[in-house]
Amino acid sequence: MMAPSTVHFVILAALLFGIGAAGVLLRRSGIAILLGIELMLNAGNLALVAFARQHGSLDGQVFVFFVMAVAAAEVAVGLALLVAIFRKQQAIDVDRLAIMRW
Amino acid sequence: MVMAVFVVAAVLAVVSALAAVSHRDPVVNVLSLVVTFFCVAVCFALLGAHFLAAAQVLIYAGAILVLFLFVIMLLGAPQTANDEARRPVQRTAGLALAAIVVVGGALLALTMQAVPPAAPVGSNAHAIGTAMLTTHAFSFELVSVLLLAAMVGALVLVRRKQ
Amino acid sequence: MLNLLWLVLAFPLAGAVVLLAGARRFTHRTTAAVGVGATGLSLLVALGVLASYAGRHGEVVTQTLYRWIAAGDFSVEVAFRLDPLSAVMLFFVTFVGFLIHVYSTGYMHDEPPTAFARYFAYLNLFMFAMLTLVLGANLLVLFVGWEGVGLCSYLLIGFYFEKDWCAAAGKKAFVVNRIGDFGFLLAIFMAFKAFGTVDMAGLQAAMAADPAAAARWATPIALLLFVGAVGKSAQLPLYVWLPDAMAGPTPVSALIHAATMVTAGVYMVARTSFVYALSPTALLVVAVVGGLTAVFAATIGLAQNDIKKVLAYSTVSQLGYMFMGAGAGAFTAAIFHVFTHAFFKACLFLGSGSVIHACGGEQDMRKMGGLRHHMKATYWTFLVATLALAGIPVFAGFFSKDEILAKVFAAGAGNLHGYGKVYLVLWGLGVAGAFLTAFYMFRAVYMTFFGSFRGGPEAEHHLHESPGVMVWPLRILAAGSVVVGFVGIGFFGPRFNLFERFLHPVAPGVEVEGWHAGPALEVGLIALSVGVAVAGILLARRFYFGPDAGAIPARLATAWPRLYRTVANKYWVDEGYDAAIVRPTNRLAWWLWKGLDTVVIDGVLVSLAFFTEIAGDLLRFVQTGNVRNYALMVLGGAVAAAAWLLL
Repeated sequence: MMAPSTVHFVILAALLFGIGAAGVLLRRSGIAILLGIELMLNAGNLALVAFARQHGSLDGQVFVFFVMAVAAAEVAVGLALLVAIFRKQQAIDVDRLAIMRW
Repeated sequence: MVMAVFVVAAVLAVVSALAAVSHRDPVVNVLSLVVTFFCVAVCFALLGAHFLAAAQVLIYAGAILVLFLFVIMLLGAPQTANDEARRPVQRTAGLALAAIVVVGGALLALTMQAVPPAAPVGSNAHAIGTAMLTTHAFSFELVSVLLLAAMVGALVLVRRKQ
Repeated sequence: MLNLLWLVLAFPLAGAVVLLAGARRFTHRTTAAVGVGATGLSLLVALGVLASYAGRHGEVVTQTLYRWIAAGDFSVEVAFRLDPLSAVMLFFVTFVGFLIHVYSTGYMHDEPPTAFARYFAYLNLFMFAMLTLVLGANLLVLFVGWEGVGLCSYLLIGFYFEKDWCAAAGKKAFVVNRIGDFGFLLAIFMAFKAFGTVDMAGLQAAMAADPAAAARWATPIALLLFVGAVGKSAQLPLYVWLPDAMAGPTPVSALIHAATMVTAGVYMVARTSFVYALSPTALLVVAVVGGLTAVFAATIGLAQNDIKKVLAYSTVSQLGYMFMGAGAGAFTAAIFHVFTHAFFKACLFLGSGSVIHACGGEQDMRKMGGLRHHMKATYWTFLVATLALAGIPVFAGFFSKDEILAKVFAAGAGNLHGYGKVYLVLWGLGVAGAFLTAFYMFRAVYMTFFGSFRGGPEAEHHLHESPGVMVWPLRILAAGSVVVGFVGIGFFGPRFNLFERFLHPVAPGVEVEGWHAGPALEVGLIALSVGVAVAGILLARRFYFGPDAGAIPARLATAWPRLYRTVANKYWVDEGYDAAIVRPTNRLAWWLWKGLDTVVIDGVLVSLAFFTEIAGDLLRFVQTGNVRNYALMVLGGAVAAAAWLLL
């Protein structure tokens, strides 16, 4: 049996990214949206690592590490926002946050 | 053998990802995502990135998702009510875009030439650390500033006004 | 000494710069010292240069300062050219200019210090520009001076710009001059296109080298140059600005609008005489325009009551004589008249300034009279200059005007270029003009200086002779009006005509072949022109002198009211221009403003703004405020960008 190639990993990454994007676009809960974003970031990480192996370079793995750090920062701020929003209107439904418009 | 591990991990990742984004209970969402992240960590390991696999488990599954759980518990695990307008355009367009991304990504991957991977590079913590602190030292410093800013920002956002 | 030529220009320029910079701080004394000093130094250097040039027998001396423009095979240098022609101009421009500067210190003394400094700054700047015009070695440098004097003329005519009509007069002078300048510019372009150079010497050489091209281009170039001269020298039909230019201070009228700037057109024709000499048509046009202007302006002068207006029309008329002479091919005679005219006309203007000064700003001759008892020096100098202008023998104007008339008659009798009859008619006009000139000038003398004062006892009490700084320039100019004519006595033949011999190398003139006036005919011609002058004087005496002064003209005016009003209103030329050109132009401008600018151009801009606003109004609905919509758009955009990059 053959070993999984880069193509396999990239297809898996695309699937995960699409699922994450669908979550971001379709869910109304702020927490679900943040989770979708995390999923998309992870899919990106997977693709990066796969390509890094393809090219025999370590840079891709370093990028992944940075992405993890950025994701951590994003989650910290995002969750803080959610807490602040929840305090204000006792819900985290983003569709009710439509005051910043025309 | 390797292929079998990959297939199992991949299928498990996709299924749990679907659960993570579609289930209505946020606790279930988070726990499903933990499973997905474990499977991704397995993939990292299969790709030879052992250090990243470890970091994935520690940072994502361990730290970030625990933070999510913590917030959910703090906010009382609110259920999303389904009483509001369903926004059919948003729904259709969102699904369509997600499908385009999946299909497009898959097609792109399939059109890639089946080049055999280059010789695997040494992927230990030592090599990554060296690369991070030499070649990418500037980005490393930037990330540290970003983390500091995020920390301050989070504190400011959740602070209660007296 | 000759290489100090540039200093002649540098002093007035420096004076103008210093005065403009210090206008707010200088006292009258400082301003006068700087202004008069700069012109005086310029005069001294000019005299030195001319003294060392005198021994050179008509040589052309060129001083190149630096290369101004170099573009491909087109190159222009800032260069000055001293030859007999520019030497004559250099002499009287600096000399008369200096005297008028001195005079101005007295005349303008009542102005506040800032205006006083501004006045002298403009006057110095004018000297610089005029000297650039005179000394310019190529058409472009000459044109710079040409525009410079136009600018200073505009500034000085509008010197009392608080008064609307003064500002309007300045504007009028500027706009009318632009019409002429346009022709001058076209002539420069054409000269460059045809001969590849704008340098005087180069142009002359190129025209000599290629007679065929010279014959083809001489007429258009000469006529376009003449358009410029018509504007600057106030000839028909562009003369209308000069009478209005009397709105400026009187010394300005003397310097710019009588002695120097307005003669620039004649100078330019003489400077480019090598072009005119090749074109009989252009010469004829010059002569006809000059002759018509000479008589036309003289008739208007008959009925003017403003002393400065009389002198202004007289200037237009005399400039007509100069062009008539130049048109008969006698460029030297024209320049000779420029030279003598500078002295006696400057003297007349300064004298009228002295009179106006004494009468407290009054310029209407009907409110003067009997002034010879109060201002002896002014009266005598004015009388001498008037005799010179009227063409009475031994005074300078006699020699130069007679020279012109003799040349025109010769051109007529000798059938120059086959246009003999035209030249004979022009000569007749010239003689008639001489009669009119003598008449209206003595009318002015009698109305101003004879009889009894008509301005009321209050004004009579204030009558006084002007101070020394004003009277001495008058005396010097009056003396000049007597003596400068002797340098160009044409009667005893060319050998004794020093002026013509001096100028001959640069402006040789067009020889009339196959005809020579015998001594009897020459004496007859002179007797005729002196006779008409005396007749004019006697008629003026009959009309305006004695107990019933002014009675006959008044009767004539009632007998032919329509004729009198036509002449007194200057043939309604200004009104005609107003109706035919000014108002249509204004109306066109109004339509362009209200129609093109407001409706079309503004309309396009406003509708652009309107559609931008509409687009914004519609597009802002995209901004739903819903985070998920934004995310959708971001992802859509990312996918589209990826598709664009990959496909």
